[in-house]
Amino acid sequence: MSAPPLTLTVNGTPRAVVAPPETRLSAVLRDGLGLTGTKTGCDAGDCGACTVLLRGAPVCACLVPLAQAAGGAVLTVEGLAAMPLGAALQAAFLHHGAAQCGICTPGMLLAAMALLEATPRPDEAAAMEALGGVLCRCTGYRKILEAVCDAHRFLGTPPVPASGAVGARLPRIDGPAKLTGAALYGADAAPADALWLRPIRSPHAHARFRLGDCAPLLARHPGLHRVLTAADVPGRNGFGIYPDIKDQPVFCDGVVRYRGDCVAALVGERAAVEAVRAEELPLEWEVLPPLSDPEAALAAAPLHPRWPDNVLTTGRVVSGDATAALAGSAHLAEGAWQTGFVEHAYIEPEAGWAQRVGTRIEVFATTQAPYMDLEEVAGVLGIPHDAVRIIPSACGGGFGGKLDVSVQPMLAIAAWLLRRPVRAAWSRAESMASSTKRHPSRITARAGCDAAGRLTGFAFEGIFDTGAYASWGPTVAGRVPVHAMGPYRVPSVATRARAVFTHQPPSGAFRGFGVPQAAIAQEALWDQLADAVGLDRLEFRALNALRAGDTTATGQVLTQSVGLVACLDALRPRWQALRAEAAARNTRGGPRRHGVGIACMWYGIGNTGMSNPSTMRVTLGPEGLVFHNGAVDIGQGSTTVLLQIVAEALGLRTEDFTLVLGDTDLTADAGKTSASRQTFVSGRAAQEAGAALRQAILLRANAGEDAHLRLEGSRLFVDGRELALDGVLEGIGRFDPPTVPLDADGQGIPYATYGFAAQVAALSVDTELGTVRLERIVAAHDVGRAINPTLVEGQIHGGIAQGIGLALMEEYLPGRTENLHDYLIPTTGDVPEIECILVEDPEALGPYGAKGIGEPALVPTAPAIFSAIRDATGVTITQAPALPHRVLAAIAEASR
Amino acid sequence: MAAYRRPGTLAEALALLAAAPTEQGAPLLLAGGTDIYPARAAAAAWLRDAPRPVLDLSGIAGMGAIEDTGGHHRIGAGVTWAMLRDQPLPPWFTALRDAARQVGGMQVQARGTLLGNLCNASPAADGVPPLLALDAEVELASLRGTRRLPLGDFLLGYRRTALAPDEIATAVLVPKPEGSARSGFLKLGARAYLVISIVMVAGVVEAAAGRIIRARLAVGACSAVAQRLPTLEAALAGLPLADAAAMVETAHLATLSPIDDMRATAEYRRHATLVLLRRLLAGLAAPEALAA
Ligand SMILES: Cc1cc2nc3c(=O)[nH]c(=O)nc-3n(C[C@@H](O)[C@@H](O)[C@H](O)COP(=O)(O)OP(=O)(O)OC[C@H]3O[C@@H](n4cnc5c(N)ncnc54)[C@H](O)[C@@H]3O)c2cc1C
Ligand code: FES
Ligand code: FES
Repeated sequence: MSAPPLTLTVNGTPRAVVAPPETRLSAVLRDGLGLTGTKTGCDAGDCGACTVLLRGAPVCACLVPLAQAAGGAVLTVEGLAAMPLGAALQAAFLHHGAAQCGICTPGMLLAAMALLEATPRPDEAAAMEALGGVLCRCTGYRKILEAVCDAHRFLGTPPVPASGAVGARLPRIDGPAKLTGAALYGADAAPADALWLRPIRSPHAHARFRLGDCAPLLARHPGLHRVLTAADVPGRNGFGIYPDIKDQPVFCDGVVRYRGDCVAALVGERAAVEAVRAEELPLEWEVLPPLSDPEAALAAAPLHPRWPDNVLTTGRVVSGDATAALAGSAHLAEGAWQTGFVEHAYIEPEAGWAQRVGTRIEVFATTQAPYMDLEEVAGVLGIPHDAVRIIPSACGGGFGGKLDVSVQPMLAIAAWLLRRPVRAAWSRAESMASSTKRHPSRITARAGCDAAGRLTGFAFEGIFDTGAYASWGPTVAGRVPVHAMGPYRVPSVATRARAVFTHQPPSGAFRGFGVPQAAIAQEALWDQLADAVGLDRLEFRALNALRAGDTTATGQVLTQSVGLVACLDALRPRWQALRAEAAARNTRGGPRRHGVGIACMWYGIGNTGMSNPSTMRVTLGPEGLVFHNGAVDIGQGSTTVLLQIVAEALGLRTEDFTLVLGDTDLTADAGKTSASRQTFVSGRAAQEAGAALRQAILLRANAGEDAHLRLEGSRLFVDGRELALDGVLEGIGRFDPPTVPLDADGQGIPYATYGFAAQVAALSVDTELGTVRLERIVAAHDVGRAINPTLVEGQIHGGIAQGIGLALMEEYLPGRTENLHDYLIPTTGDVPEIECILVEDPEALGPYGAKGIGEPALVPTAPAIFSAIRDATGVTITQAPALPHRVLAAIAEASR
Repeated sequence: MAAYRRPGTLAEALALLAAAPTEQGAPLLLAGGTDIYPARAAAAAWLRDAPRPVLDLSGIAGMGAIEDTGGHHRIGAGVTWAMLRDQPLPPWFTALRDAARQVGGMQVQARGTLLGNLCNASPAADGVPPLLALDAEVELASLRGTRRLPLGDFLLGYRRTALAPDEIATAVLVPKPEGSARSGFLKLGARAYLVISIVMVAGVVEAAAGRIIRARLAVGACSAVAQRLPTLEAALAGLPLADAAAMVETAHLATLSPIDDMRATAEYRRHATLVLLRRLLAGLAAPEALAA
């Protein structure tokens, strides 16, 4: 029985819809009407990405049954540009850099429209409240609020063309597509005849299972085409980041090792795969006791025979004699800290589609690392690399979580075997249960200084819960010991980090690779030592800060671009003013105590002691000027930044270029978007590519070094004279940052350059409730050179917001906080005013002096917040997140 | 596909409900869907979503108003949080309005109904403490007739209510207090917006010449069903309003049974309740302080 069509007026046009009356409006818009600008991140009202206006009111389209929307007017992102206010709002978002990955943007725009239609010039408080129902994981909200409050200025004003020079605030190149809903994310593009794939995942953390005969299931659901299992994997049933560690099965073979591990996948017509219920599956479980404590795991039976003690990797750095140095110190500080799983919570769940094209496979999916995806897909299919094509979709947030494959291997296997296009989109719960997390940590650390406050020694022992599979565990265990003492001169160091297997979600890459956890311990020790010496906490850090010419604990001499002291100098006046203000407010008494905290960080850009090259290519020919850029822009802005760099190096304008982005058939390997490396590594490659093409042009034109280039359509003018182009001129740039692998004592040159930063946090603690209210964050970052200051600020804001989450609210508990209702990330009201101070101490190797910013922004935030809590209350927070009950317990403990 | 009905009148809805099977295959009553759709998503993720026939109540005429019926205010089943937030109401509704303002975000407020919040019977339902403090009653209709239950009797336990299979909750009735009354609501959560309460307290205080005639206080998220605090209420009667906050003691919270969960510990909840009650009462004595 098919229902009669219902009518909706969408963006002013009546549309008839045939779908069951309980169908979510979001699904009607996306699947029924093809309006994929409306995004879905949770289907539960929690993320607000699906916000549309229904009869003028903002609603989560995922919660509205079609029957209730019928007859009503719906406004979606696709309808905004035609409305003067909508167009103004879009222009304001573009100008302010309010969209990064863009997945929350349609929801933000619609929520803002509802506000602006009633209040054209809202204040920040009104904007905050109006947008409180839409989550953004990228921006930290500040630029969104600015854009909304500022939208009225863009009414009827034609956009001013922006300069694309290095250092200019060029609006992001991918911005317009994200603001109109045109950008295609993983779930937005698949052929109409694609089959759907739905994984079957383990609800148990540890179990043996047997999958019986699926024939009755297939018979009962005629649209179900196939149940894929381990036996169906044509190549190697394993994937993993490291070439020699492919330990995570696509489909488990009889044993599951975490809740969310995949045992099989249903493939078929959408309705059929969605109709299958758990109890129909011929699955028999034998539930086994799980290992959930990494310390216990050290003495338990191995998860994987290859690692008998459950230790995946041990990383260490030893310089001098830390034990002796500590013993001889005038002051000592020590402590133990604990952090939990943190979920990436990108608003776009994993999604994509795959198709077999003859003897090749093509996968379109949301990813941070197309070339790594290519290797994994080739591996699981058992086909050569050149038989695989990866086309990255627009990426709705990654933060490290989309460096590991998700949908790609399964989709490839299904499309390969069934010879039909196959698509998938994880639900929020599935995304959270199955994807990687930030490593939980258990840290003990000791530090000492002399009577004047100069650091003498530092010892650090960290156990990192790496979960069920290796993923990026070795990277974390390698990076932490190098960074654990922070950006300070410490003569004697002994640091060790171990990544330990448990039956928990695999811990992978998450903005900072373990460094944010370590920084919490390190910075807390400095506060203790500063107090013991009687030094101001900022001055203690300034005294010990690394400077150009210093040698690090790995034996690396930092010759240049060490801007930490400059960061501290820039913060000093704010620090003093904020401290005075807090002290004044505290004299008023009451349960609310004010405090100010500070923390520093350093971050090595790129892989640790390993090659990580990038290649960029630019061509000029009959097709015009084309920039072939294989770096994936996950919202951080590489598409824009690399274009600014290549244009500057070539001497043409950014608008002269056509872009070919990230398709492994069309672009060279730029490496993954991680480790804050794209601006530094791919940026340098882009600079060289631009310079190489310029050389080729100048040679042909017989022109001098400083010749002026101009492009009109496909006609090139050199110093005003047209240069005839018969073939294609090309410039290729490649850069691999020079490093020296670390030896057994962690000695070597792990990174070619480092980002430095210091942040100050001002807050108040309600000492009766344990709640923390952030008031202001000032962030000073040495970025070498800000190629695009708006984008740099956007990274800082977003990193700080994630740091706030880590510090105050985020804790992933398998099976318990598996949605965005119970797993809390900051909302508009949780991110205070942020002041960014950009310090530019140029890096000689970087493009125009630039280094990275993606991860550095997050690292110091949580330690600065904990430092401020200590300043306000006297208590040291030893467990993150500092939930109200933990803060209160710490206060009670301290007063006992 | 299971049946989906959206009747236009209550009579029709009740008839459909009376004719429906009561156990297996009983229809799901759907209002704003802000609890139902998230629950379905969570179930579907683990292949546990069972299709059920739906009886959509949103088309029923005449349920979407807040009416002053003389002795009561009658809040119809179609009334959303947004209406409670935006419509002018007397001061004893301040608690409910503040609760409405803090439920979810604008999107959830635009769609979610107060009655749905009560019928969903979550221990953390923000609508419950303000209404318990107002001695509200729930009106239930079936073909058998209409009955009214005090909210405290309607809510039976964790996600359990006294709603019979053939009944629809049609309204909440809020009796008017004697004389002047103030009310307030304090919610504690771990972030600014979109947050489920760790603890919330609501109170309605009727006072004359600075003395409490009657204080009604309720606490949510500290037991399977939110509770009134009769011992404390009795202790406050007759006292100067300005002294009320100082009266609250741990012993008054003995009937609460908070639990440890991912949001907080039981011990913390008990303590926070004490703090919030004191602040609520202090705020009701000096309303301008409540906002801070
Ligand atoms: C993102 C988000 C945030 C939220 N935040 C909060 C919060 O802060 N505080 C809070 O308390 N709640 C919160 N909620 C839940 C809140 O929105 C719901 O409890 C809402 O009030 C339920 O109303 P509804 O109309 O949407 O009910 P529905 O989802 O339609 O129904 C809820 C339940 O009540 C039953 N029901 C509904 N109406 C009737 C009726 N008239 N007669 C009989 N049974 C009926 C239904 O069968 C169902 O069992 C949140 C929800 C979301 C999605
Ligand atoms: S998809 Fe609707 S709120 Fe997240
Ligand atoms: S820009 Fe908001 S989630 Fe990415």
